[in-house]
Amino acid sequence: MADAAFLALTVITIGSAIAALEMRSLIYGSIALMGTLGGIAGFFFLLDAPFVALFQLAVYVGSIAVLILFTVMLVKRELIFKKIEDRKRKFAGIGLMLIIMVSLGAVFLDSGIKTITTDEPPVDFRDIGADFVIYYWPALILMGLILAGSVTGALILARREDVENDQRVS
Amino acid sequence: MTNELVDFTLVSVALLAIGIYGLAVKRNFIRMLFAVEIIINAANLNLVAFGRFLPHAGGQTLALFSIAIAAAEVAVGLSLIIVAYRMYQNVDIADFRSLKG
Repeated sequence: MADAAFLALTVITIGSAIAALEMRSLIYGSIALMGTLGGIAGFFFLLDAPFVALFQLAVYVGSIAVLILFTVMLVKRELIFKKIEDRKRKFAGIGLMLIIMVSLGAVFLDSGIKTITTDEPPVDFRDIGADFVIYYWPALILMGLILAGSVTGALILARREDVENDQRVS
Repeated sequence: MTNELVDFTLVSVALLAIGIYGLAVKRNFIRMLFAVEIIINAANLNLVAFGRFLPHAGGQTLALFSIAIAAAEVAVGLSLIIVAYRMYQNVDIADFRSLKG
């Protein structure tokens, strides 16, 4: 049976995920997204994974959410508050969401997952470090290269072109 | 542990469904990026939950990789948003028709 902390985190995470998508203002939406990401970090603490939780807080809440917030601030004021959606499409989307929730939820509740419990001690974060440097070191190097490449690519993409470019904002 | 694996899995299913709703309904590029982030987080939650209950360090290791790759994806996604906004002065994906066949 779930405890009170779990239920509170569930309400915060799912509530702010809905708010992130449905709030009129994109700025409040991105702040609500921070709530979702922070809620997931709380779940990681409940799962005895403090290292991943702090990584989530540092990378997601600390940098990605702030980056999104700054990008939103670059957009025109009227676009921040404008909701672009089709009413018919919205009802179809809600139907799709409910179908996925009910069908996948029923599959999980009916499966053997319900019987999986554990009394074993949590994984030590030193094991994760050992995993990284012993088994996954090529992947770690590749990930570093991908991160460097993507950040460089993002900088090149977002770079302002010279004045002659007629697509540029004056 | 008082919480069971199925509880975490159900939260993850709910987040996945909300993310798919956002991708299907929203036409705002930035909101679609929010939806993608929510789906990635649902996947990470599953990875860590299964890693805790098996128990195996692989779940947390994969979650760390996933978080780092998501950071790269957001950097590229946001730069694409900035470029598209500069070109079309809008964030509505219906306006981005240059690649439409």
